[in-house]
Amino acid sequence: MKSCLIVDDSKVIRKVARHILETLEFEVEEAGDGQEALSRCEAKMPDVVLLDWNMPVMSGMEFLKLLRQRGHSDQPKVVFCTTENDMAHIRAALEAGADEYVMKPFDRETLHIKLQLVGVA
Amino acid sequence: MQISDSSSRILAGLLEARTGQQLTMSRRWRIETALSSLLRERGIATLDELITILVMGKEPGLSQQVVEALLNNETYFFRDRAPFDVLSRHALPELAQRRQKTKRLRIWSAGCSTGQEVYSLAMLFAEAPEQWHGWTIDILGTDVSTHCIDRARAGIYSQFEVQRGLGINQTIRWFEECADGWRGVEDLRRPVRFQIHNLLEPPPHPGGFDIVLCRNVLLYLSPDKKTLAFERLASAMAEDGWLMLGAGETVIGQTSKLGTDINARGLYRLVGDGSRIEKRVGDRRSTSGA
Repeated sequence: MKSCLIVDDSKVIRKVARHILETLEFEVEEAGDGQEALSRCEAKMPDVVLLDWNMPVMSGMEFLKLLRQRGHSDQPKVVFCTTENDMAHIRAALEAGADEYVMKPFDRETLHIKLQLVGVA
Repeated sequence: MQISDSSSRILAGLLEARTGQQLTMSRRWRIETALSSLLRERGIATLDELITILVMGKEPGLSQQVVEALLNNETYFFRDRAPFDVLSRHALPELAQRRQKTKRLRIWSAGCSTGQEVYSLAMLFAEAPEQWHGWTIDILGTDVSTHCIDRARAGIYSQFEVQRGLGINQTIRWFEECADGWRGVEDLRRPVRFQIHNLLEPPPHPGGFDIVLCRNVLLYLSPDKKTLAFERLASAMAEDGWLMLGAGETVIGQTSKLGTDINARGLYRLVGDGSRIEKRVGDRRSTSGA
C-alpha cells in the first residue's frame, strides 16, 4: 500500500482528500503546515505528498525547498494542490521540485490521474 | 421534480429521433438532473410543462436545447490513457512508414463532445515534431451537439477541465491562460477542425480516414442503429485504417465489416472476406523474423 501525506491547513480539504485517497487505497497521514510536514517526513517518508501552498508557520513552497535540499534518496513525489492557479505559481512550483500540480477545486478522477502520472497510483 | 412515464417516453423519443441515441429506462433518472438548468433558464416550472410546450411546437429552438441537455458529454484529455499509448506505439509508427510517400494522415474523432479527445490526438503529433515535420495532419472532430462543437472550436477549457487528464507540464506547454480559462495554443489548434455531424448519416468529407475513434458513443444506440453506425464508420476508413472504440465496447457480434487487430488491443480493422487480417498478421510475422 502506497502512503500519502496530506499537508493543508484546512481540515475540510484534508478530510475530502483523505476520503479520495483512501478509496484509492492509500495509507494517509495529515499535517496542518509545512513544519509539521517536515517532522512527519523525518519520522517516515511517504511515497507522495499532497501539498497546499499558503499555510501558517511554514508555507508549502518553503517545505518543498527544504525537503528537496535534504537530498534523501527516498524523496517522495510532491503534488501541489492549491488555489494559486496562475502560470507564475505553477512554474515556481515546478522549478522548486514539484512533480505535479492540482488546481483546486478538483475531483477524484483528476487526483487519481495526477497520482498515476507521477507513478504512485 | 417528478416526471411521469409518458413524459419520459416523449423525451426519450425526441432524443432518439434527433440523434439515434436511446434513453433506456436505466438512464431515465438522468432526465431531471440534465434538464434542471434549462428549465431554470427558460422559466419553466415542471417537466410536464416543458413537454406541453414541446408537443404544441410553440418554441422550435427549445427541442434542440432539450436534446443537447440530454446528451452525455462526459470527456476529458487522454481519457483512459491506454488507447493513446496503443496509438503512439503501434498505429502511428506503422502509418508513418506506410504513408511515407504522401506524408498525409487523416483522423476522425466521431462523437468528440467538447473536443478534448481531438486536442489529445493533436498533442501526440505536436510532442514529436521531428517525426512529423513536413506531414499534413488532419484531425476532424464531429459531434451531434452544436453546443459541444462550438466549445471544441473555441478550444477554451475551464481550470477544472484542463487538468482532467493532463499532466501539469502538458497543461503549461499546450495551453495559455485567457480571460475564460485556458486556451489551446496555435500549434495545437492548427491540425484540428470540427463540424456538426450525426454518426448515422454518411461520413464526413473527405473519408479514407487512417484512424477513426468512436469511443463511448455506440453504447447509447439501439442494436439496429449500432449496425448502421458500424456501416458508416467502416465506410469512412481507409482500406488499411483502424477503428478505435471505447473501453468495454467491441465489434464482435455487432458487424461483419470489422475485426480485431490481434497485434493491437482495442484497434479494429476492415475485414472484407476476412483474408486481409490474416494476411497482415502473416506479413508482420515474416517481417519481424527477417
